[in-house]
Amino acid sequence: MFDALGDRLQATLSDVRSRGKLTEADVDKAMREIRLALLEADVNFKVVKQFTATVKERCLDSQVLESLDPGQQVVKVVNEELAALMGGSGRELAFAASGPTVILMAGLQGSGKTTACAKLARLLGEQGKDVALAACDTQRPAAVEQLVTMGKRASAHVYEQGTERSPVDIAEWALGQAKREGRDVLIVDTAGRLHVDEALMDELAQVRKRVKPHDVLLVVDAMTGQDAVNVAEAFGDRTEFDGVVLTKLDGDARGGAALSVKAVTGKPILYASVGERIEQLERFHPERMATRILGMGDVMTLIEKAEEVHDQDSAAELERKIRKQQFTLEDFLQQLRQVRKMGPLQNVLGLMPGMGKAMKQLRSADMDDRELDRIEAIILSMTVAERANPELIDGSRRKRIARGSGTTVQAVNQLVKQFGQMKKMMSAISKGKMPDVAQLMRGAR
Amino acid sequence: MAREWSDVFEFGADGPGPVATEAGDEAPKRGGVLRRLRENLARSREALAAEVSASFFERLDAEAFERLEEALILADVGAPVTARVVGKLEAEVTSGAVSQGEAARERLVDLLAEVAAPEGPGRIDLSARPSVLMVVGVNGTGKTTTIGKLAQLIGATLGRRAIVAAADTYRAAAIEQLEAWAERAGVEIVRGQPGGDPGAVVFDSIAAAEARDADVVIVDTAGRLHTHGNLMEELAKVRRVAAKRLEGAPHETLIVIDATTGQNGLRQARAFAEAAGVTGVVLTKLDGTAKGGIALAIASELGIPVKLIGVGEGLGDLRPFDAREFCEALLGE
Repeated sequence: MFDALGDRLQATLSDVRSRGKLTEADVDKAMREIRLALLEADVNFKVVKQFTATVKERCLDSQVLESLDPGQQVVKVVNEELAALMGGSGRELAFAASGPTVILMAGLQGSGKTTACAKLARLLGEQGKDVALAACDTQRPAAVEQLVTMGKRASAHVYEQGTERSPVDIAEWALGQAKREGRDVLIVDTAGRLHVDEALMDELAQVRKRVKPHDVLLVVDAMTGQDAVNVAEAFGDRTEFDGVVLTKLDGDARGGAALSVKAVTGKPILYASVGERIEQLERFHPERMATRILGMGDVMTLIEKAEEVHDQDSAAELERKIRKQQFTLEDFLQQLRQVRKMGPLQNVLGLMPGMGKAMKQLRSADMDDRELDRIEAIILSMTVAERANPELIDGSRRKRIARGSGTTVQAVNQLVKQFGQMKKMMSAISKGKMPDVAQLMRGAR
Repeated sequence: MAREWSDVFEFGADGPGPVATEAGDEAPKRGGVLRRLRENLARSREALAAEVSASFFERLDAEAFERLEEALILADVGAPVTARVVGKLEAEVTSGAVSQGEAARERLVDLLAEVAAPEGPGRIDLSARPSVLMVVGVNGTGKTTTIGKLAQLIGATLGRRAIVAAADTYRAAAIEQLEAWAERAGVEIVRGQPGGDPGAVVFDSIAAAEARDADVVIVDTAGRLHTHGNLMEELAKVRRVAAKRLEGAPHETLIVIDATTGQNGLRQARAFAEAAGVTGVVLTKLDGTAKGGIALAIASELGIPVKLIGVGEGLGDLRPFDAREFCEALLGE
């Protein structure tokens, strides 16, 4: 059985002590594990080769973050590259300027086209569009009946003419109906077909010619293996599809086919089908897919957290100080400045745990921007020692500070008192109690 | 050389023997069988990138073994089985136990065939009367189409009396779909209501088989992803209903695996085996470019043999699984 990729990489690179840049030997070892993981995930062999070569370059160039071990660093790079590869070109569905938007669905037998048609119909229907479906699968027994039933569930009208006429003619007729009835969207379901079936691929090309779709979507089963590339290339050559619908993602297939198809055709994956119910179709999320392909959901969260550590380190230190009432005027000045950098007081939500609420309350205690200007000036006129220990501030120091900041001795007094209250308040907040800040402030005047 | 149907199916001593081949239009003719198989597989070969020709085996250096691995991985055999098999071949060639050239190629096919059919050729046991053959698998693999073909084969070609049971009560128009196939194959169908209890349909079909003196009941079930625990539990329940109604039923449970499936096929087989006790694999859609190498992993890890292969959407497009033939095709002949 296979362990999570993160574990395997850690094991492989456990003897690597170097921080800073990864050596080529380190990266090669890691690439072997990545290659295995991607193959296990059904990414096409040739795509894997190409991909790991690209990733190797990036790994050699990148710096290792202090908080990650080399294995995690590699995984971070791989995940980013995977997500970038599958995202990026984000083409949305193209809609017609006038008349019905035609969406043609194509793919292998059993890929989930008919279900996808109904799901897409419902999705677009929810967006307020008048959607119709065209039953052009005359090949599979009861395919028309299936679409009719599903169409009802999707609240979409189904145009069908049984199985005697050719799919090309039915499609053309359906488009005429859709135009006549003023539909916004016409989704054309077609029979599943092998990409190596000349006759059927020809037929699909003819359907395409006849209805001139605005979007051609290739429906691909997420559990498809190495063959995905052959299928995508062939459909791309014969019918030129615009995007992909990836189905059956509620299974546990890692879905490497998604990467293969994107890598080889450059066409974006637009939708993901994540269940059998009709509402279970969603926009495709490249980052989620990348993590899934790598087979390591949990480890990614760890890495994301590690990246936050940089910011969190300082935030954690601050929080510690508040709790221990070691928060000084210097700290307050820093906070104040950061707060003011973020924009007018009314837009500030708060930086630290608890501070947000405090800031809101401070505002209600009439601390507008001018007042904050004054506060900042007063603190700046204090010496470092005074900021750290306001008890030092006696009469003569108060006079000096008032002169230096262009304020009054009363204002300086007020600040020191308010700050004392604020320290107590913040300490209480961080312990989970929420005092009445406004009252505290008023009491300090 | 392809296997004969009599080699695959085990029937009881009583009952009529196989009818003559002119029984139906859809019945495959002897010579035509091999020709059609070669035609179907030829389409796969044309599309192949990493073909391994016979001459390739003349010079087996490190790079050649890597290319062999590549070919097998591209066939969805998977990294572990590939590494094992090619590793073995490499060792034997290096030690001189196997010489380069045709001998090496033969040996590779042998090794692969051993993995594909570790206990020898798989057989389908329909000796009980009636026998119950359950067909299971994830969505879209070709279960219903396969049942149509099986009905045709068992009914028309092999001259036994078959009934199909429409126990997919979930999928829109699934019952109608099976009805169409039953009509094409000329067999009776037992059905319930859409949305009804699949166990009840199986129960009724066994009763009907006994009443009408049928030989085989072929049970269609709804496609289900093995990750949905409740659906797997439902399948287990259907099995229990069959077993309670008829001792020993279901006598065969075939999982239908799409040849385009990657490594997930192994997980599918494992989950279905645990929930429903699988006795064999039907590998479908081999008329495409996918090689179905996942069948080797399934046989190797789970000991479940491939018994039948599907090579098209037509009524006659079903073949016995032949390990050597299959492995030759894996290498692109």
